[in-house]
Amino acid sequence: MRTLDWNSEMRLPTFVRAHIQYILIPFALGLFLLLWETIIIVNRFPAFILPTPREVAHSFGANWQSGIFPRHLAITLFEIGLGFSIAFTFATSVGYLLAKSPLLEKIVSPYLIATQAIPIVAIAPLIIIWINTGSVQNALIAALITFFPMLVNTIIGVRSVREEYRALMRSYAANRWQVFAKLEVPAALPIFLGGVRVGITLAVIGVIVVELMWADRGLGFLINFAQGHLDTPLLFATVAALSAMAIGLYLTVVFIEKIILRWRRSVQ
Amino acid sequence: MDHHSLIEIEAVSKHYGPARDGVLALRDVSLRIRAGEFLSIIGPSGCGKSTLLKMIGDLLAPSAGRIVVNGKTPEAARRARECGIVFQTPTLMEWRSVAQNIELPLEIVGAPRAERQQRANALLDLIRLREFAARFPGELSAGMQMQVSIARALAFRPAILLMDEPFGALDEITRERLGRELLDLWTKTRVTIVFITHSVPEAVRLSDRVAVMSPRPGRIERVLAIDLPRPRSAATRDLPRYWELLREVRAALGLNEPK
Repeated sequence: MRTLDWNSEMRLPTFVRAHIQYILIPFALGLFLLLWETIIIVNRFPAFILPTPREVAHSFGANWQSGIFPRHLAITLFEIGLGFSIAFTFATSVGYLLAKSPLLEKIVSPYLIATQAIPIVAIAPLIIIWINTGSVQNALIAALITFFPMLVNTIIGVRSVREEYRALMRSYAANRWQVFAKLEVPAALPIFLGGVRVGITLAVIGVIVVELMWADRGLGFLINFAQGHLDTPLLFATVAALSAMAIGLYLTVVFIEKIILRWRRSVQ
Repeated sequence: MDHHSLIEIEAVSKHYGPARDGVLALRDVSLRIRAGEFLSIIGPSGCGKSTLLKMIGDLLAPSAGRIVVNGKTPEAARRARECGIVFQTPTLMEWRSVAQNIELPLEIVGAPRAERQQRANALLDLIRLREFAARFPGELSAGMQMQVSIARALAFRPAILLMDEPFGALDEITRERLGRELLDLWTKTRVTIVFITHSVPEAVRLSDRVAVMSPRPGRIERVLAIDLPRPRSAATRDLPRYWELLREVRAALGLNEPK
């Protein structure tokens, strides 16, 4: 005899339940676009005030075909990559030194904090006067705000290594390099990678801000250009492209983090 | 020099902090530890047991006195990797698998991969955790983690195993089981064990001799020979002598009620 299990009759199939997020996420996006379109139709907004999703998509398609989007996107991506790399190199090397020397940290940290307290738009003109080489200057300005969370997390990460672990390495008569490579780096990684997550989003903000204010290329410039020409669909398309890029970069970092910290999955 | 003693501690003192105030952790401690023996050091918290152990392992330097480890200074002994150390926490690298953790000391000396794996497997067999070789420490119970920590300390085939309250954080059942496992390991490897503990029964159950320390500044109050037959088992606890020794250690610690 089959027992009456009314609960199972009500349940969705297992496969659907397991992948419910992949159904709900596009559904929410669709709903959002539909609402957007409806608001415009009801209120009869002209395109330069608020374009419909279809107009934005059309603008994106046309500008992608003509090569405008790929060109500016490539420039912005290059600047983000360069800025992030500069920040990464600086943050890890200086961060490690400061982690090892509290005295040095006391001497240097006021200057490092000052770079974060001064708004980027106030420092940027100076860097532009000094460097004035387009992409490199933009990358450098972005690096200026990007390095800080990575630096702080490098210091915290390296200092998180417990004394017993150092004693253990000492009992093995391990040299400095071995302590660094086999203990400090892997132990600091979880905290450090948290800083990288913040860093990559700041790199995007830094580059876009500089491009908005001073550049003649890149997605930031494109936003400026679209605004100047009252081309609101292009403005929306650029912002959408920018968001997609930022999300993509962030997810890449998360993905790399998952691979590096795969031992953590077992800990839960 | 007594050639039977593997570790000689002579009139060792340890002072922390500034010369004037600061803390005197150990005062004039002398102790000889014989090759192959299982010696426990027992004493109240803060009596300097750990300090003494760390000085043997050259993780701390004595303020006064002399320590000889296997005929060498502690530093030379450390460089020769004479001592394996086990701390109260397992101190495993959580990003390395169990086998990789045991291989770590061998990696440091640059042992070839095949040799490392062979040694790790042999040690995993010894602690009967071979099937956990590929797991990460986070997947193991606290007791198993401690066993891996002990196996790792044996990777170099050290002459001496320094254990700083290794079972202090474990529950009573696991503690007893690991104690038995440790005796088994000690019989098989003939390593000299210096074992720090808070537990009187544990010290009596495991050791050849028990060194009882006084509260800070720590001194060796008494060294008691534990003349219980080996191999020890659960039946050891039925011997009247076991209870006598418990009482003696407790008396040396000042734990017995005044009559």
